[in-house]
Amino acid sequence: MANKISDETIEYVGILAKLELSDEEKEAAKADMEKMLDYIDTLNELDTSGVEPMSHVFPVHNVFREDVVTNSDGREDTLANAPQRKEDSFEVPRTIG
Amino acid sequence: MMEILELTALELSEKIKAGRITVREAAEAALRRAKDVEPAINSYVTIDEESVYRQAEAVQKRIDSGELTGPLAGVPVAIKDNMCIKGELTTCSSRMLSNFKPTYTAQAVENMKKAGVVIIGKTNMDEFAMGSTTETSYYGPTKNPHNTAHVPGGSSGGSCAAVAAGECFGALGSDTGGSIRQPSSFCGVVGLKPTYGTVSRYGLIAYGSSLDQIGPITKDVSDCAAFLEAVSSYDLKDSTSVQRDDCDFMAALVNDVKGLKIGIPKDYMGEGLDPEVRTAVYEAAKVLEEKGAAVETFDLGLVKYAIPAYYTIAAAEASSNLERFDGVKYGFRADGYEGLHNMYKKTRSEGFGAEVKRRIMLGSFVLSSGYYDAYYLKALRTKALIKQEFDRAFETYDIILGPAAPTTAPKLGDSLSDPLKMYLGDIYTISVNLAGLPGISIPVGKDSNGLPIGMQLIGNAFEEKKLLRAAYTYECATGKRHEKMAVIKDIIPGEKRIGQNAEGASASGKEVR
Amino acid sequence: MSGQYETVIGLEVHIELATKTKIFCGCSTEFGSAPNTHTCPVCTGMPGSLPVLNKQVVEYAMALGLAANCKITQVCKFDRKNYFYPDNPQNYQISQLYLPIARDGYVEIETPAGEKKVRIHEMHMEEDAGKLVHDEWDDTSLVDYNRSGVPLVEIVSEPDMRSADEVIAYLEKLRMIAQYLGVSDCKLQEGSMRADVNLSVRKAGTDKLGTRTEMKNLNSFKAIAHAIEGERARQIEILEAGKEVVQETRRWDDNKESSYAMRSKEDAQDYRYFPEPDLVPIVISDEWIKAVKARQPELRPEKLERYRREFDIPQYDAELITESKKVADLFEKTAELCGKPKKVSNWIMGETFRLMKDRGMEPEELSFSPENLAKLIDLADAGTISSSVAKKVFEKIFADDVDPEEYVEEQGLRTVSDEGAIREVVEKVLADNPQAVADYKGGKQKAFGALMGQSMRSLKGKADPAAVTKMIKELLA
Repeated sequence: MANKISDETIEYVGILAKLELSDEEKEAAKADMEKMLDYIDTLNELDTSGVEPMSHVFPVHNVFREDVVTNSDGREDTLANAPQRKEDSFEVPRTIG
Repeated sequence: MMEILELTALELSEKIKAGRITVREAAEAALRRAKDVEPAINSYVTIDEESVYRQAEAVQKRIDSGELTGPLAGVPVAIKDNMCIKGELTTCSSRMLSNFKPTYTAQAVENMKKAGVVIIGKTNMDEFAMGSTTETSYYGPTKNPHNTAHVPGGSSGGSCAAVAAGECFGALGSDTGGSIRQPSSFCGVVGLKPTYGTVSRYGLIAYGSSLDQIGPITKDVSDCAAFLEAVSSYDLKDSTSVQRDDCDFMAALVNDVKGLKIGIPKDYMGEGLDPEVRTAVYEAAKVLEEKGAAVETFDLGLVKYAIPAYYTIAAAEASSNLERFDGVKYGFRADGYEGLHNMYKKTRSEGFGAEVKRRIMLGSFVLSSGYYDAYYLKALRTKALIKQEFDRAFETYDIILGPAAPTTAPKLGDSLSDPLKMYLGDIYTISVNLAGLPGISIPVGKDSNGLPIGMQLIGNAFEEKKLLRAAYTYECATGKRHEKMAVIKDIIPGEKRIGQNAEGASASGKEVR
Repeated sequence: MSGQYETVIGLEVHIELATKTKIFCGCSTEFGSAPNTHTCPVCTGMPGSLPVLNKQVVEYAMALGLAANCKITQVCKFDRKNYFYPDNPQNYQISQLYLPIARDGYVEIETPAGEKKVRIHEMHMEEDAGKLVHDEWDDTSLVDYNRSGVPLVEIVSEPDMRSADEVIAYLEKLRMIAQYLGVSDCKLQEGSMRADVNLSVRKAGTDKLGTRTEMKNLNSFKAIAHAIEGERARQIEILEAGKEVVQETRRWDDNKESSYAMRSKEDAQDYRYFPEPDLVPIVISDEWIKAVKARQPELRPEKLERYRREFDIPQYDAELITESKKVADLFEKTAELCGKPKKVSNWIMGETFRLMKDRGMEPEELSFSPENLAKLIDLADAGTISSSVAKKVFEKIFADDVDPEEYVEEQGLRTVSDEGAIREVVEKVLADNPQAVADYKGGKQKAFGALMGQSMRSLKGKADPAAVTKMIKELLA
């Protein structure tokens, strides 16, 4: 119990989640996360050894589509909401390469 | 006009089909009501008046030609703003999507359109459905029509308030951890979360994919059955959709519970539960007992572990689901960035509100290297155990009965200060999502402040019909089929933003940020 | 000094599957279309869209797994791999980590020291990313999602390879298997086969693996060979200087022939994999595996065996022809059409391979039809055209797939079989070359060749050389 979240961890999670937090927000995030993790740690009271993690509740499986083209030129719909468009592409700040 | 507003969806449709009310008249009644009460309630993010009249005309034609004969033909409804409608603003009550107009329509909405409804507008919600009060919306909080100093609950607070206030005759909400049932309980309306897979999630902007489910919010149980029947479908576009041949839910509207076995979990009625809520729920249970159901209390295990398991799973899925909001393809992009990664960070930091960021941070953390097993897998194992507990309970009982929430609607501003406390309010609803089960909340009275109290009935997977039957029997027995319309105090008369879209409302959004 | 080091290489090979549609939506996988035309809400990560798995992808992946001697995972699932990049529209890639479709296989490659097994750790299904084009002028990048969602199988080998040659042999083997199965065309230049190279070095004789680096962006066999040599030298240099190799991802720049580290503060390389909640598990029954096996097309060993039985061609020819499925198909179809396998083999082994070599072409780039080659063989066989004309016509077929019958007519290339016409030409040649005639009559055999050459030239190669020879001899007799 009593999780401690370091500045580095908050910084690291910010990189993973692509969120930039102000110092104030960082402190709040640390406190929130510590509290939540303490709470989540109550799960450790449960013996779950030998229990399969359940990602899907119902045993539905093998849902497929056939390999048939159903979509036509989607360009205009795809680009309709683009924050920045150049000709028929999305434009973003330059990536490496 | 008031007479129109007091009708249920089914009653209204009957009158429309009989030619006594036109579809346009019905839509106008809802729009006028919205114009009157929106300044006080703020149920809607967007009302597109022009589109309403266009739809009304088209639906009227289909009715007149005899093509449309269904129970919901001509009924004005509202749609939670996390369901995509082609060409209509779909914001998730977030700045991030404040300019987003999808080029496709959610299957659930398509199904409602097929049934002949007229969509009045898109309703307010907690941002990306993350919250239990509808206070985290970028467009400002929605208020409870029964008392505007109180929240309507959330995250489908806009849909529930709109139904309660008579701004529509029924609505669609979505429920990831109680987001239909809890606000339905706070607003005194009927809300049902179907079995996972019953309603297609295609076009529903995901929060927690393994938990999300769309469902109806209505004035009474009969409407609820009709809406559920209309909205359910097996959809090849949603791989988690389940093929069912028992979606004739209106057939379950039977005034009889003889032989039904109902269990009340002791842990649902104990510590933390408001005494007035406890009393009202027990009294409602007694009504069902008097109608012939066998009611008893029992031990449902693991109740307290549902919340930590839920918040781990939901936050993890949300952190991934919300990665696509990055300023590249649609929605908001921040100004004044330097380079790609700074663009991502600025866009997401400015585009998301505090609660969304909190859950994304938590979700990213529990999935990160070194913590996945300890947190995420542990939560999935707990989920398996919770499912087993329900399976065991349903070997004995047809229905599990309890409150929908520990209290009635809290005051505005009371919940957000302590997120953990807010999360604890989801204790009775959350495990139902983890186990994929159906649950319904129906009004069973009011507390001493005049705020509605909701009872929750939980069924085994695919047994919505038992829930509807019990709920319908309760409604018939108590004679109060539905509250005519929430009496709204302190309505501020005046112009309201009908016809405006979300951009015009964003000023109010800034208050909560 | 570097001879004391052993190179240890493992490969991650991505093969683009030859399905008609993408892995999770009904968009076409066609290559080379205008940007963003083959897109929909699913493959551009629109909110509310959901993936639905293409069954053909599973069957192709199973076929590859079986052909590479893998065990098929009978309950397999998809996972999300989370990382932000503009070519990745959801900012997570749907892939497989925990339960990949196939595991524990191997393929055999030829090495100078004989046959060698390269073990396959696993194969998994995943979606491809979009394409980024850099706009130098505006200092921006442009995103095209046509390729986003094209199905891939990633084949992860064990670190069993020791040289660039072994790596190339392994890749060629995988390519051959994939092409024979018809699951991919494996065109490196179009990116439908790509390899990431994991490489470490260690002192010869030691068992412990050294620290490895991963090299990306390798899109030709040549680049792969160069990158391996370059990285081996770089790591040895580091170790010799008493320093340590850093485990990192490096990007190969083929123009500069050097690699550079891709690390940045923003690349945490922590992919937060978790089970994809929008897709349900795939359960593969024994029957399904059997059915996929039964549908498996003939692979190379069986094909060679059949060639031995059915066609009267040398073993050496058969081996070269079957090295590529494309060539083998061409051979079989043409042989079927004209009924002369030996002749078809000659055209492939001779002119076809010569022209491919001249032009630096891969078999996949061959574009002429078996019909036209068969017609050409028939024309030459019937004596309608001479062998030298046939070679010229073939070049035209090779380049533009022309119909040889039409082409021969248009260009007037039919063999001159009219004896009178030949006589006329030869008589003129003899009259114009009195010296050569005299030389021949004086016993110089060489002079006959000159007369023959002149005559054939005058006839523009269109006469049967035997008929011309006969005529010269007759007139000089």
